[in-house]
Amino acid sequence: MPHRTFIWFILPSLAAMILFIALPIISVVVQSLHVEHEQVLVTVENCGPFGCTEETRVDRDATAALREEQPLGRFNGLGTYFNRAHLATAEIAEAWATTDSLGAFWDRVMNLPFYRALVFTLAYTFIVTPLVVILGLAIALGVNALPKMFRGVTIFFSLLPMIVTPLIGSLVLFWMIDAEGVIGATLQILFDDPDLSLKASPTLTWITLFIYGVWSSAPFAFIVYYAGLQTVPEETLEAAMIDGASRWERIRYVVIPHLAPLTVFIMLIQFMDNFRVFEPIVGFQAQASATSLSYIIYSDLRGDVQQFGSAAATSVLTIIGVAILLTPVLIRTWRDFNRKRA
Amino acid sequence: MTISRMTTLTAVATILGAGAAMADCGIESGRVAILSNDFPALHAMAEGAAECASDSVTVTANQTTEHRDIQVAALTANPAEYTSAVVANSSIVPLMNEGLIRPLDDLIAQYAPDLPVTNRITIDGQVMAVAFMANAQHLFVRDDVLAQVGMERPTTYEEVLEVLAAVREAGIMEHPFAMNTASGWNLGEEFVNMYLGHGGQLFEPGSAAPSINNETGIATLEMLAALNDYANPDFLTFDSNATQALWESGELAVAYMWGSRGGGILDDENSTPEVTGNTALIGAPTVAGGDTPASTLWWDGFTIAANISDEDAAATFRALMHGLRPEVIAANNDAAVWLMPGFTPGAPAEGVVATANSGTRPYPMVPYVGLMHTALGNELAQFLQGEESAEQALADVEAAYIAAATEQGFLQ
Repeated sequence: MPHRTFIWFILPSLAAMILFIALPIISVVVQSLHVEHEQVLVTVENCGPFGCTEETRVDRDATAALREEQPLGRFNGLGTYFNRAHLATAEIAEAWATTDSLGAFWDRVMNLPFYRALVFTLAYTFIVTPLVVILGLAIALGVNALPKMFRGVTIFFSLLPMIVTPLIGSLVLFWMIDAEGVIGATLQILFDDPDLSLKASPTLTWITLFIYGVWSSAPFAFIVYYAGLQTVPEETLEAAMIDGASRWERIRYVVIPHLAPLTVFIMLIQFMDNFRVFEPIVGFQAQASATSLSYIIYSDLRGDVQQFGSAAATSVLTIIGVAILLTPVLIRTWRDFNRKRA
Repeated sequence: MTISRMTTLTAVATILGAGAAMADCGIESGRVAILSNDFPALHAMAEGAAECASDSVTVTANQTTEHRDIQVAALTANPAEYTSAVVANSSIVPLMNEGLIRPLDDLIAQYAPDLPVTNRITIDGQVMAVAFMANAQHLFVRDDVLAQVGMERPTTYEEVLEVLAAVREAGIMEHPFAMNTASGWNLGEEFVNMYLGHGGQLFEPGSAAPSINNETGIATLEMLAALNDYANPDFLTFDSNATQALWESGELAVAYMWGSRGGGILDDENSTPEVTGNTALIGAPTVAGGDTPASTLWWDGFTIAANISDEDAAATFRALMHGLRPEVIAANNDAAVWLMPGFTPGAPAEGVVATANSGTRPYPMVPYVGLMHTALGNELAQFLQGEESAEQALADVEAAYIAAATEQGFLQ
C-alpha cells in the first residue's frame, strides 16, 4: 500500500485515538503534576435544626482569586507521585531504616495503600492470566472433541460467564458466598465451622476474586482457541497418528505449537484486562481485604471531596505498569514480525 | 446503560404524568430539575413537586444514590443541569466551597415567610438550604430477646456489651449484633459517631490538623472491635441494606442502624410479626461514662443552584415547598423524621427523636471532614480484621489524611 493511501486509510482512527486517548492521557499527566491551591479558611457561625455552631469554611472569594491566577492549581512537580498515597518513598526509607527483619519491613510496606493495591493487582494478573489460558484451552479441546450436534449448546453455556455483565456476575456470586448463601452455608457445613466466611478472611477473599476472574475470563480464551482449533491442519495430525503419537502427544507437539500466536494474543489482552481489575472488588465489596490500582483511583474520585491530582498520579502509574508488563510480549511480537519480513 | 436510562425516563414521565392530572400551584413558568438521593421520603417530595408541572413549568427529578458524585459537576454548568440539589450536612460543603448554591433569604421572605428558623440552614448569616428531615443512627432492640435474658433496654455501649454477652451465653444467637461497618464510608461514619461519643474532636480547634491519634481514638477502636466480636464475621461488608435484611430475618438482638430504615423495618414486608412486633427503636447509647450519645445528627435539605435564572429559582423553590406541604408530609408520615409541619412522630421516628433530644452533636460541617471520613473508612478495616494494632491503624489514618489534605491545600 502506498504511504499516502495508508495515511488516508488510518486517518479517521488516528484522529479518534488522538482525541479520545492521547489528549486525555496528556491532560491526566498535567493534572498529576498539580495540587489544589492553598485553601483560605474562615470561621463562621452555622445554624440549623440542631442549633448553632462555630465552623470553619472556605473563603470562596479569596480562593476564586487564587484560581483566577493559576487555573491549574499549584505546580507540585512529582510531589504527588512520591507522597504516602502513591510511591511513599519517605515512608519506605523510614521503614527500611527502622525495621530489623525483612518480614517487618514487608508489613510496613503492605500498610501503604499504593503497595497494598499493587500487590493484589500483580497477584491477580499473574495468577488469573495463566489459569485463564490453561482452562480456556482445556474447554476448547473438550468442546472440539464433542459430537457436532452437542457443540452449539455447549458453546453457548461455556460463553455464559462472559455474557453476564461483570458487576452482575460478581453480585450473584457475592450473595451465594454469603454466610447465609447457598455456597457459604454449604462450606460451613462441609468444614464444620460456623465462623467460616469467605468475605471475612483476606486470603479467602483473594481466592474468591481469583476464581471469579478465571470464571469470567476463561470463555474469552476458550472461544479464541476454539476458532484456532478449526484451522489445525488435518494432514499433520494424521501423520502424527500414523507415527503412533498418543492424543496427548498430538496436542503437545502439533496443536499447542500451532496455537502459539493465539496464546500470545490472549496473554496480551488478559494482562491488560487483569491489570485493570475493578468490577469484582466493587461487586464483592472486597475493599477491606483487596484493593487494586483501578479501585484506588475510583475511591479518590468518589465522595464529598474529589482528589483529582491523586487519582491522576495513580492513573499515570497504572499506565506505566501496563507498559512494563506488555514490553516483553511486544518485543517478542516485534522480533517475530521482523523475522517474517526478512 | 440503555436500561437505566429507560428507567430514568420512565420515572420522569410518570412524575410528569402524575403532575398533569393535578392542580397547578401558582407558578407561571420555569424549569424545576431536582437532583437527590434515592429513598422513599425524597420520592414523596419529588412527586409532590411534580404536581406543579404545567404547559409552562417542567418538573424533572434524578434520584440516585450517586448524587454526591455528580452534584458539583452538574451545578457548575451554566445554566446548571439541576435547579435544586438535595443535600445533607456533609454534601452541602462542596457546593458551598465552589459557590454553586444561592442564598435563599429573598425567596423565603417572599414565598415562605412562616418557615421556622430551625429549618433554615444558616451559614455566615445567609440561609443556604431548607432542612426538611432529620436522620441519625441509633439502637434497634428486640424486646422479646431482652426479656428472655432478663435485661433492660441498654442506654450505654457497656450495657449493650452485657446484653450481647448474655444473649450469646444463653445460646439464643451466636452473632446477635450488627452495625453498618462496610469498609469505606459506612465504617468511617461508625468511627466518627463512636469518637464523638467518647468526647473526641476530629480536628485541632480552628484548624485542619487531625487529632484522632490519641487515647480517645484507641478507646473508640477498642469499643468498635468489642462490639463486632458479636457480629457476623462478614461484618466488613455490611451496609444499610445488609443490616436491615439481617434484622428483618430475625437474626439480630441489638443493632445500630440509621433511623431512616425504621419505617422499612417496622412495616409488614420482608419480616415476621414476631420480629417487627418486638422491635423497639431507642436512642443511641452513650459510651465510656460520657453524657452525649455516640451518634451524629444529620439533616436533609434542599438547595437552589446559583447558575440558573431567578425565574427558575423561584419556580424551584415554590415547587419544592409544594412537595413538602403538610398534606404530603402527613401522607408519608412514617417515611422519615420530617422537620416540617404536618408530621406526627410515630414508632419509626422514636429512635431519632430520642437521640436528638439527648444532646447528640450534628455531623461536623467543615470543608475537610470528607477527607478525614475517607481516610477513616479506608484505613480501619485492617484493625478490625485483627491484622494490626489500634495505634498503627490510627497512625495510618492520620498519615492518609495528612497526605490528602496537603494535596487539597488544607494543610501546608
